[in-house]
Amino acid sequence: MDARRVSQVVPKVRQVGFVTHSDPNPPPQASRTQSVPIESNSGTPYDSPDFSPVMIPPPRHHSENLSHLRSAAVAVPESSSRRPMWDDRVAVVGSYNPGNSLLGQPVSPNSSEVNSEASTTLGWFGRNSSGKFSAGSSFPGGGFDLTTVKMENFTQLEGKKPEAVPERGGGAAVEVHNEVSSSTAKAKTTKAERRAMQEAQRAAKAATKGKGGGGGVEVNNRESSSNTLKAKTTKAERRETQEAQRAAKAAGKAQGNKPVAAAGGAGPSNILRQPSQNRDDPAVGSTIAGSDRRGGDRPPERERKKDVPPPRMQFDDQGRVNKSKKRAVFNQPEAKNRVELFRHLPQYEHGSQLTDLESKFLELDSMHPAVYKVGVQYLAGDVTGGNARCIAMLRAFQEVINDYSTPPGKTLVRDLTAKISSYVSFLIECRPLSMSMGNAIRFQKSRIAKLPLTLSETEAKAALCNDIDRFINEKIILADKVIVRHAATKVRDGDVLLTYGSSCVVEMILLYAHELGKQFRVVVVDSRPKHEGQALLRRLLAKGLSCTYTHINAVSYIMHEVTRVFLGASSVLSNGTTYSRVGTACVAMVAHAFRVPVLICCEAYKFHERVQLDSICSNELGDSNDIARVPGRPDVNSMDNRTNEKNLQFLNLMYDATPSEYVSMIITDYGMIPPTSVPVIVREYRREYLLI
Amino acid sequence: MWHRSASFILDKNQNDTVYPADSVTLTPPPPSSISTPQNPNPNLNRNMSMSAYYQTRAAHHGVVTSDWLAQSQEAATRAVATGGQEIVDGGKSGRAFSVIDEFNNWRKQPDLAEAVAAIRALAAVIRNSEAKTMMELEIELKKASDSLKSWDTTSISLTAGCDLFMRYVTRTSALEYEDFNSARSRLIERAEKFGEISYKARKIIAMLSQDFIFDGCTILVHGFSRVVMEVLKMAAQNKKLFRVLCTEGRPDRSGLRLANELAKLDVPVKLLIDSAVAYTMDEVDMVFVGADGVVESGGIINMMGTYQIALVAHSMNKPVYVAAESYKFARLYPLDQKDMGPALRPIDFGVPIPSKVEVETSARDYTPPQYLTLLFTDLGVLTPSVVSDELIQLYL
Repeated sequence: MDARRVSQVVPKVRQVGFVTHSDPNPPPQASRTQSVPIESNSGTPYDSPDFSPVMIPPPRHHSENLSHLRSAAVAVPESSSRRPMWDDRVAVVGSYNPGNSLLGQPVSPNSSEVNSEASTTLGWFGRNSSGKFSAGSSFPGGGFDLTTVKMENFTQLEGKKPEAVPERGGGAAVEVHNEVSSSTAKAKTTKAERRAMQEAQRAAKAATKGKGGGGGVEVNNRESSSNTLKAKTTKAERRETQEAQRAAKAAGKAQGNKPVAAAGGAGPSNILRQPSQNRDDPAVGSTIAGSDRRGGDRPPERERKKDVPPPRMQFDDQGRVNKSKKRAVFNQPEAKNRVELFRHLPQYEHGSQLTDLESKFLELDSMHPAVYKVGVQYLAGDVTGGNARCIAMLRAFQEVINDYSTPPGKTLVRDLTAKISSYVSFLIECRPLSMSMGNAIRFQKSRIAKLPLTLSETEAKAALCNDIDRFINEKIILADKVIVRHAATKVRDGDVLLTYGSSCVVEMILLYAHELGKQFRVVVVDSRPKHEGQALLRRLLAKGLSCTYTHINAVSYIMHEVTRVFLGASSVLSNGTTYSRVGTACVAMVAHAFRVPVLICCEAYKFHERVQLDSICSNELGDSNDIARVPGRPDVNSMDNRTNEKNLQFLNLMYDATPSEYVSMIITDYGMIPPTSVPVIVREYRREYLLI
Repeated sequence: MWHRSASFILDKNQNDTVYPADSVTLTPPPPSSISTPQNPNPNLNRNMSMSAYYQTRAAHHGVVTSDWLAQSQEAATRAVATGGQEIVDGGKSGRAFSVIDEFNNWRKQPDLAEAVAAIRALAAVIRNSEAKTMMELEIELKKASDSLKSWDTTSISLTAGCDLFMRYVTRTSALEYEDFNSARSRLIERAEKFGEISYKARKIIAMLSQDFIFDGCTILVHGFSRVVMEVLKMAAQNKKLFRVLCTEGRPDRSGLRLANELAKLDVPVKLLIDSAVAYTMDEVDMVFVGADGVVESGGIINMMGTYQIALVAHSMNKPVYVAAESYKFARLYPLDQKDMGPALRPIDFGVPIPSKVEVETSARDYTPPQYLTLLFTDLGVLTPSVVSDELIQLYL
């Protein structure tokens, strides 16, 4: 105890909640206040130059939803006219592969046998180049350019408040910003800055369009084109600006047609360019960030980035999506009609990827077969459940490490980390990672980074494999056993236990309590479309437990006879929010209303220091066909094959967030704790757990 | 936990900190020859039986009625007849020294908390031990603390005290690089220090809570708690003007004793029957209760009736303050009222109860953390959720 206490004497800053970092030398505020007056009455914590680990949901929704109501008629045709452009782009990306361009015709991935064979043989020729773009040079950040993403998000947060001012002030203010940004561009421009500037201009254009009229657009267009000529642009960037201009023209035309809508305010422009708000934000923010950066506080910024977890990729940021698409191993067609609130999440057309990926099997020589197998399993849904996915991934990495040999001229520590990063990005493409897997990857990377340089390659590999074994054993398997022990003490004779979906820990608890001879009854609550509870039900019945099976629709009816609710979790966040299969929050809420204790069973490696207030900003979207279709019921299949209808959007969420007040207790391998103590576990044991 | 304690508040007010030196005796008091009920089996599941914890409480500060004593006497003799033998086996059989006897001796000291008595008894185990190695001593201590714990499963502070001490013995790195004898003396020293801490803790808590008692306030107290008594005493000494409403505290009527003591201090006191709490709540400014144990959720386990007082106070937006020493923090997590082993206590209704009528004899209830405002402990003034943080840091 004393030893532990001694280590705590050092005052630590808790990174929990809305606490902002105390920066030794805060970024110069002067440039910020010069460019944009900050509203003094805004007491929101977003204003702080540092970003806290709190994920703040995108702010555009309310405004956009309102304007959506006002002028939906304009919005829909416009967005549809934008769509084909996107498809063009996809085709371009496809022909980026020199192997395909050799053929002289775009080879669609799921084409005939002959074609795919040809492409694979050509793939062998074009190996070098395709390898480069799939897993090559720039992967240290784990798939996409993390630093820029962070930068973007950061500016997004920052720019949110000041951004409101120019919008109200009208086009002039935006013009000013535009000039500022162009001047930064003329001064030495890095690539990121150039992009930010372009985005700024585009946003400014959108804004002026909203206010002024065609003339303003013209001016802006000229300005932006001259700017891009001055700055030496790459091919991709030139294409992007072209597209932006085209879009601007289209928008201008639409404006001419509907002057009434223009008079309505800035609303329509927001809809015309679907992610326009998102572009607006960096528009103002990026100039600030740019001047900040020149202010010379680069090192602390970088440090700060290190201990803040990278925000997820926002999939409504078109430029970034395109970029990541170019790097993508296989082609994932995006779903057409996505729900507005969830555009920042990836949603793909399901069904075609598997064949696509299979057809590329021989092309992907950079991919280790074990990782490939796991990826395909994720994609096909053969491996589900947080623990199973995590173990499968770690086992695959173990094989990777076993088969690994350091290429000449490289060091194991760096090369292996890069390799693992590329594999991780492949796995992310197959299915977004859960937070527990993120923790496991972090552990893996920290182990590699901490390898002593004196070790030989074989020793290092053995050590790493051993580490993975220990992680799986201690953090997952043994942790489950401990949780089961703890939880079984909370089961009394005559209890009625309710569980939702299928959690492997909860299943182990029920079976263990049954083995102990406790007399209890189980209520398995299930939901469409996954019906995970049925598998659980079958296994429980096989062991002779008495069960009740019902759907979540009936949960409020069944709850009055329940005495305990046991739930699993995909992750438990720092504010006690439980992130779990969609429907869990509903069950927990009903249980809370009936004063039934809710017990969350979750291994401590799934705890995450992030704070999340809702289930919007980070979630996973499933196949919309799953909810559109009712298998075996042709009479209610009227929604079938209508997933691409324009004014119909399907939302199939995979997770939801349960607020901590509905949770009575979290059972972890460190014992039974209230949800308020999650940050203590995260704080006290994260270091140890990275060290293991 | 100990060096985190908020004892600085005592250092600032040196003049107040003189605690009675005579009460910190470190030799066990002579075993009393009175035929007090020894070794009542607490697991005897009858209406008439009484848990040992409440027996101690009754001896220390209950208002003992004659027929109640007779009942407990009767229960005890029956318990000795049936369950006495196995307890001797469970304890230190074949040895002249027994932890439980030692514990019982310590327990009789009126001002000594049960946890402290347990730790002193464990210290006596170390003193009397013939172990040659640390490991041996550890095993011996473990056995002793287990037998202590199983002797009275209903006492939370006893369990918590044993755990705390065992935790110190088994996990202290300070012991590792020393030879056996110095390690042993260090443990004994620690045990003695712990006793002092328990006296100090009450002072600290009393100091901390002074800021919360303002002139002209009305305080509702429930049951008799030594800590709450200390708080009110110090407030009276500080010439604060306040009024106390005491509940009667059935069935042991511990509220009567508190009212007596407060009347001696010239504090205006009003006695209520337990069912008048809601009636008087609108004139109450704060509720002060002690605790038998503070559990991991941040809730408390306390004398029956605390929960309903907390509920009433919560619904009327009155703050509920809990005064509890940190050695009462226990690694327990009850989910609801029936989730812990009941501590039974006979109830005297004054009239014969027909045998067909069942009597609820449970002596305490669990108050969930959302109904508590603050906990005054020797670690400082804590919100309920900090309890778990402290426990995690202590035990993990």
